[in-house]
Amino acid sequence: MIRFTKVTKEYPRLGAALSNASFSVAKGEFVFLTGPSGAGKSTILKLIYMEERPTDGEVRVGGMSSVTIRPRDIPQLRRRLGIVFQDFRLLEDRTAEANVAFALEVTGAPRSAIGNKVSRVLTQVGLASKASSYPRELSGGEQQRVAIARALVNDPLLLVADEPTGNLDDRATRGVFQLLREINASGTAVLMATHNLDLIRRSDYRTIELNRGQIVFDSAEAAKAALERFAD
Amino acid sequence: MPAVRDTFSAFRRAPLLSALSITTIAFSLFAVGLFGLVVLNIRQALEKVEERVEIRAFIAEKTPVEQIALAASDVAKYPEVQSAELVTQEQALERARRELGEFKDVFEAEFLPPSIDIHLKPGYRDPTSVHRVADRLKAMSFVDDVRFGEEWIAQLYRLRNIAGVAGVALGLAFAAVAVIIIGATIRMAVLARSREISIMRLVGATDGYVRRPFLIEGFIKGVLGGALALCLTWLAIRLVGGYLSFQTVFFDQTIALIGIACGAMIGLFGSAFSVGRHLRKV
Repeated sequence: MIRFTKVTKEYPRLGAALSNASFSVAKGEFVFLTGPSGAGKSTILKLIYMEERPTDGEVRVGGMSSVTIRPRDIPQLRRRLGIVFQDFRLLEDRTAEANVAFALEVTGAPRSAIGNKVSRVLTQVGLASKASSYPRELSGGEQQRVAIARALVNDPLLLVADEPTGNLDDRATRGVFQLLREINASGTAVLMATHNLDLIRRSDYRTIELNRGQIVFDSAEAAKAALERFAD
Repeated sequence: MPAVRDTFSAFRRAPLLSALSITTIAFSLFAVGLFGLVVLNIRQALEKVEERVEIRAFIAEKTPVEQIALAASDVAKYPEVQSAELVTQEQALERARRELGEFKDVFEAEFLPPSIDIHLKPGYRDPTSVHRVADRLKAMSFVDDVRFGEEWIAQLYRLRNIAGVAGVALGLAFAAVAVIIIGATIRMAVLARSREISIMRLVGATDGYVRRPFLIEGFIKGVLGGALALCLTWLAIRLVGGYLSFQTVFFDQTIALIGIACGAMIGLFGSAFSVGRHLRKV
């Protein structure tokens, strides 16, 4: 699904945001990406949806490589991903329904199919009754659910979430996290960048920890090493 | 069509910004239009003066009228010539009396020689063409003298050239300023929607999909701005024309349509440039 091979990303004035990072995410997996601010979590996500290209190494996502992909193919890649942000990134002048439909319209989906799909995902995120509400009329948790619905409407293989609970209170955080778990349970891989250690502790999903642009811990690797030690 | 729907919803969502863009386009083109009208009217006035360019070939005494008439009809066939008219001694006298009013009694019959009066076609009223025709006339054995106000024609032609060059240079400067102002306005409209553009791209919109509503919007704003500029120019010439002592002219239908098309093209390409630049940056 995702494979990072010795990926380095340097910015002209800021230096290396990511150094020699290698990891993979399998289909249907749920992975936490954690670490302090500036550790490189968002850089990894941007490299996945190819808003950034690596300075060195290769990023492969769903069969597309950062080395060979042409700019005109990037929209095709993004249609196979769902992207969710801490600040929701909803269009304020459109209703919840229109915000979700928007993600289908840009792909050129027929109008007849849009209505059904939009109501299906709004029901899935528990917002069917708020389809006609504008973002300003919704709570933070509800706005994030609209953003998740928008990310889901194209049936993505992978949901990329950058601090999706960062702006939410505890109750809304629990609700959004539960929703992400359900989405994962239905087969969609989820890669979630978060500061929230409580969420990580309460679940047994794989965790990749970053610090200063380097992967300092990967629970999958740690488990593998422990297993190897046990076998020895 | 989503692009058309998006265009109209952009107008609906930001009516003030849209009105501001259209007004800016209109006033920029209005300035160009006013300048164009001044140039057009100066050109028209110069053409009126040029129509008075005349070559008069005075005929030697005792030349038979039939021979002069034959020569006049030959001269009328020159490619530069619009008309060649035979003026007999009697007609010359009558004209002199008419033109000189109170001195009319000074002239007596047989005093003025007959002549062939030649008017040239538009495009052949420059000093070179006038000289060329005059030289051919001088070569005729029965022509005594050829007069055409050499100095006056040279000065008129110089004035026309200066007006032409100044018109093109100032016109280009006005047009460049208009393009810059319109470009900045369109850029403002693009920046106002930069959040929407970034979201569109994140959900997988192609650059073409993002660009399309902006292009339609730029085109419509350009057409509306161009039409408004045309109305303003027409109103201005109506208002100013009343205070002028000469008859002013307005753009004909073709030039008016070209003006609106220019507005549309500036709107279209300005949008394409601004949104393209924005897409390369984000």
